[in-house]
Amino acid sequence: MDIHEYQAKQLLAQYGVAVAPGAVAFTPEQAVYVATELGGSRWAVKAQIHSGARGKAGGIKLCSHYKEVRQAAQDLIGKRLVTTQNAPDGQPVQRVYIEVATPYEKEFYLGFVLDRKAERVRVIASKHGGMEIEEIVKTDPNAVIQIVVEPAVGLQAFQAREIAFQLGLNIKQVARATTTILGAYRAFRDCDALMLEINPLVLTVDDNILALDAKMSFDDNALFRRPNIAAMHDSSQQDPREAQAAEHNLNYIGLDGEIGCIVNGAGLAMATMDMIKHAGGSPANFLDVGGGASPERVATAFRLVLSDENVKSVLVNIFAGINRCDWVAEGVVQAVKETEIKVPLVVRLAGTNVEAGRKIIKESGIPIISAETLGEAAAKAVAACRDYKASHAAAQ
Amino acid sequence: MSILIDEKTRIIVQGLTSEKATFHAKDMIAAGSNIVGGVVPGKGGRTHIGLPVFNTVKEAVREVGAEASITFVAPAFAADAIMECADAGLKLVCSITDGIPAQDMMRVKRYLMRYPKEKRTMMVGPNCAGIISPGKAMLGIMPPHIYMRGSVGVISRSGTLGYEAAAQMKALGIGITTSVGIGGDPINGSSFLDHLALFNNDDETEAVLMIGEIGGPQEAEAAAWVKDNMTKPVVGFVAGLTAPKGRRMGHAGAIISAAGDSAAEKAEIMRSFGLTVAPSPSEFGATMAQVLAKSQASHRVSA
Repeated sequence: MDIHEYQAKQLLAQYGVAVAPGAVAFTPEQAVYVATELGGSRWAVKAQIHSGARGKAGGIKLCSHYKEVRQAAQDLIGKRLVTTQNAPDGQPVQRVYIEVATPYEKEFYLGFVLDRKAERVRVIASKHGGMEIEEIVKTDPNAVIQIVVEPAVGLQAFQAREIAFQLGLNIKQVARATTTILGAYRAFRDCDALMLEINPLVLTVDDNILALDAKMSFDDNALFRRPNIAAMHDSSQQDPREAQAAEHNLNYIGLDGEIGCIVNGAGLAMATMDMIKHAGGSPANFLDVGGGASPERVATAFRLVLSDENVKSVLVNIFAGINRCDWVAEGVVQAVKETEIKVPLVVRLAGTNVEAGRKIIKESGIPIISAETLGEAAAKAVAACRDYKASHAAAQ
Repeated sequence: MSILIDEKTRIIVQGLTSEKATFHAKDMIAAGSNIVGGVVPGKGGRTHIGLPVFNTVKEAVREVGAEASITFVAPAFAADAIMECADAGLKLVCSITDGIPAQDMMRVKRYLMRYPKEKRTMMVGPNCAGIISPGKAMLGIMPPHIYMRGSVGVISRSGTLGYEAAAQMKALGIGITTSVGIGGDPINGSSFLDHLALFNNDDETEAVLMIGEIGGPQEAEAAAWVKDNMTKPVVGFVAGLTAPKGRRMGHAGAIISAAGDSAAEKAEIMRSFGLTVAPSPSEFGATMAQVLAKSQASHRVSA
């Protein structure tokens, strides 16, 4: 789960990471009020969306007058901001963060990730801030400082100091940077983060170390014990269909293809998408209905998949282990009757009680195309999609 | 032979008295598993579905000689249950639980490392379907009837894709020595490499099928190990060719976030290290049949 920049900064501040004075605003009027409350003479008005590269997309505006603050907020709030990192239609800006603009001398990079190879937390820092870490690794790999944290004891002060000295800071600045690095690590650990990026971390003209931007992503599996983090969830930043799926505990990811997929198990769901591509078609979505595919869940899955107008055929692929094919078949029949599906439907059942399941499908009287193997199912779904498009083109 | 478990392995079920664990314990017994008891803190001394229940894993080791455990424990308590097995000296623990926080798994892995290699507990999972040695024993939740005993080892991150592979091979008359589900999480108890090494030393296993997916470095590490160490043919596959970058595809660990994470890159790495990559997920069985035929032919020549 991702959070907004202002939320990450509020969190980091609680762990001793210095941030510039700032506050969030939902309207241009609030933005002006916030700026007057904060004081100062220059402010950054920053669009709050769950994406990086906001600056280049025009989502961050520097203002030196209240009028400009109002205008900047007006320009951003209610719009969709398209960045190089988010969806083609961008993400909605519902709030802006107003921050006192701070003059600084140097920019650094500071990041924390859960390293899957080391199976530990890795700290990454660089004296090149303000650019993406992938870019730094490419252009100046020697300037990338990395430290792996021993999970039994956590990040130690000497490790944070080593990083600070390597960033080329003087002793006074090193003490402040050490506080920042240790604080950021504790925030990462205590909140079950998977990624924390402070880019840039800056050295101000008065020797302070400040987080100028902050990006945090959290472990969905740990939200049960982090209610303060879970409360920061902003579903407006998600694809609406994915948000709706999440409410029903279904795993759905929208893609731009034409064949809707309803599958049990994440691996089989990915493989089904791959198989469709292999057969010459394009998958419209990833959808894992999970182990216990009850009739209600299957019906919800159908509604979700069919809400995508690009879908020209639907492929249901269930390999029943714990669940049983006859239950799934009943669910499919019930869902088809409820949702008035207009596009062709291919169903492949395998595993526990497969004969009973196929019998239910056959005797339902619904025009369902049956398949026995994964390869056959994908080929039939691709052919059905093609036929559906051809007949519709002919009708028009 | 088989790896990890057989009909003699003395198994306990952590969380035995829950509805889910009870259901699967009965299934495991029907599949031949030697289940010797359960561990449920606070319910020690009772008998459940004919099995003695203990308060602690150590008690189960002392009283019934437990060697392996399958944990049906909620995510919040799963790490604790796994570490208890390591501390009690079990050889093997399999965690079915989906939803264990990644930082908990990081601590679990660190905890397992406390023990010298020869005494270290092998962990399988979490977020997996478990282990089955067809016709001998099952330490998992898979449907046993789709598996046939034979000579191929299977290692898969995904549960259902492992079922798919077993069914395709069975249809062609190819059976399995052991099938291991290593799970879909970013940090696994054991990796492809750990189980490839076991299959390499298993007399009955003639070839191995490893089914990976997007995200993480372990398919590439395993492929490199195969080139240098494996004496048996390995068929590989990586699911998620059509998965978009940066999106978590159901499994917590199935996300393309770094170089080398994508299915195309991993498949290419597998090929470069001499694995035979199945052209599509509907050709696990056919590809394995070809590889086995080729390997048997070359054995005949060398004999």
